[in-house]
Amino acid sequence: MLDLSQSAQSDGGPEMITRRNFLKNTALGIAGAALPLAALEIVDPKKLFAQVAAETTSVRWVFLVDTYKCVGCGLCVKACKLENEVPYDANVTRTWVERYVLTKKGKMYADTPKGARDGFTTAKIDLGADGLKDISGEGIEKAFFVPKLCNQCENPPCVQVCPVGATYQAADGVVLVDRTWCIGCGYCIMGCPYGVRFFHPVYHTAEKCNFCYHRITKGLKPACVQACPFGARQLGNIKDPNDPVTQVIRTQRVGVLKSEFGTKPQVYYIGLDEEVR
Amino acid sequence: MVHGELWTIKELFVTPNEYIYWSIQIVMYPFMTGLVAGAFVLSSLYHVFGIQKLKEMARFALVFSFALLFIAPLPIMLHLQFPFRGVMIFMTPHFTSAIAAFGIVFFGYGAIVASELWFLYRKHFVETALRLREKQDKTLVEWFWYVVFCSLTLGVYDISEESLHKDEKAIKFLAGLGIPVACFLHGYAGFIFGSVKANALWMTPLMPVIFIMSAIVSGIALCMLTYILTMEIRKLLAARKRASHARYRSQEELKSVEISVMQMTSKYLLAFMVAAISLELLDIIFRGYTAVKSWDILRSVIYERDFADIFIMQYGIGNLLPLILFLLPGLTIRRAILGSVLVLFGVFMMRWNVVIGGQAFSLTFAGYMHYHLPIIPHDWETFKEGLGGALSIFIMPFVLFWVISHIFPLFEQEEAH
Repeated sequence: MLDLSQSAQSDGGPEMITRRNFLKNTALGIAGAALPLAALEIVDPKKLFAQVAAETTSVRWVFLVDTYKCVGCGLCVKACKLENEVPYDANVTRTWVERYVLTKKGKMYADTPKGARDGFTTAKIDLGADGLKDISGEGIEKAFFVPKLCNQCENPPCVQVCPVGATYQAADGVVLVDRTWCIGCGYCIMGCPYGVRFFHPVYHTAEKCNFCYHRITKGLKPACVQACPFGARQLGNIKDPNDPVTQVIRTQRVGVLKSEFGTKPQVYYIGLDEEVR
Repeated sequence: MVHGELWTIKELFVTPNEYIYWSIQIVMYPFMTGLVAGAFVLSSLYHVFGIQKLKEMARFALVFSFALLFIAPLPIMLHLQFPFRGVMIFMTPHFTSAIAAFGIVFFGYGAIVASELWFLYRKHFVETALRLREKQDKTLVEWFWYVVFCSLTLGVYDISEESLHKDEKAIKFLAGLGIPVACFLHGYAGFIFGSVKANALWMTPLMPVIFIMSAIVSGIALCMLTYILTMEIRKLLAARKRASHARYRSQEELKSVEISVMQMTSKYLLAFMVAAISLELLDIIFRGYTAVKSWDILRSVIYERDFADIFIMQYGIGNLLPLILFLLPGLTIRRAILGSVLVLFGVFMMRWNVVIGGQAFSLTFAGYMHYHLPIIPHDWETFKEGLGGALSIFIMPFVLFWVISHIFPLFEQEEAH
């Protein structure tokens, strides 16, 4: 303080110099205070790598479902189960097809017997413990099929809630599960608004659709896309403007499921009905 | 068989992967942590706010809270598909997950309770260790206790008036610090549920607060119940021993202590119970009034399918009945026992209705799932996630309580001998 006042006097203009010194000291103080804060931020190599990868990668996988083309044959479900080694008879599946029937009386019925693994072999609606419901053809106002699979959300709640980081999002948007790390708490199953997750009957870890990651990273199509005889399912890269799927999503009217959860789902639907859950 | 399939019955439109994944052990988890938090808050009422009438109850509740603390993580362990990987929650926590905070909250809270207990019982440790040291030709058992109590003193043998005064200060500080941490421990269990946006019943910011209130209620009720039980045992012993040892309190003396402690404690029980019920009702009323998309299915679950569980078992038998029992003048021991058992049942039903009720409807809002608790186990999974597993978890803290009460005497009177 003594130095400060002396220098102020010697320069003749005490006010100006004090201000300069004041500013200098303030700047130094702020820089000094900011330094420990900056030191607190530890650079996480994983995070950095993922960030760089996400920015530099030219791939972001998305899915397009044309519900008008789906006939509910269930070949996609069958192919998925075989490809991804989900036990064939176990009542869980990475993808499934739902049938919606809306009657003229304004009632909605829907079912997905065994995830439609064998297709819809009867016109009767499967009501679970309540048995089968027969609806006459004349009574139906409209009916349609909706294939379901993991939405590979941009903001995945399952990744958020995993307590050990066993489920994570790859740079190309696909959400994956590390079977060697999953503790099997089921929080991700609870956190998913789409019900795509389950415990694998053999590995006992959380299991989900990953767009057949082992295939798409080698340039192949996902098993369900390959198996669909009607082209109702397509995989695309939203970062590629020339991709036919990207063009459809950009130029046509498409919808996503349950956008109100803020998960930013990346499976787009053509012909999505208000009744679809 | 897929996990969850065994105890889930699906009705109407339920998607293929939906089952009741969080079953009885996840009901037990908030129930047990609630008891931990509640017992601690009860003990802190004396240590922090100096409510003298709760003095007898305070150290009792603290020891019980410590016993319960060890059991609190067990329901999660039994629920995990990979119990031995459970340690990963502590080793590689993923902090965007509410469950990942468990390690920090649990150990932080454990450290507070353990240190408070140490300060509270330091004098006892030192005295016992010194007494055993002076004793000639110790038996093997005495040697064991000598080593135990010597270790427990942590090498500090200063029990002068001055240092004991410092202990008291430390206890007060730790008890004060413990209240928010205990609330956090349990509020955080509520957050685990309240933050699941995919679940229409769970998602409410009120959930942690509701959990804290009902936790304190259940903790107080359990302490009352256990206190009565131990007092009854003491009364029996008193009747037997008084003939030869005059220093034991008489049966009548014990009984009057018991009643006055009960009357005081039940007042706090009632206060927290009213708060808990108000918040729960506020939640239901608010949901009905705002009636967002999920209300149709929630209403059918709350007012129709789970009506008996919610309005008869939880609110009727678990809340209203004990409320009347405790409010009627002239509280007796029998009435206190019945009341606290019912309160415990009510809080258990509340946890049940949240955890199981939250999975009683499908994500489609057009289907239901029914839970059937496995009662007779036929393999390890149906045991641990069945009645047997739940009962084991409930009994364990009492056994542990009995064991550690040999190190931490529950009643000052008994320290003398």
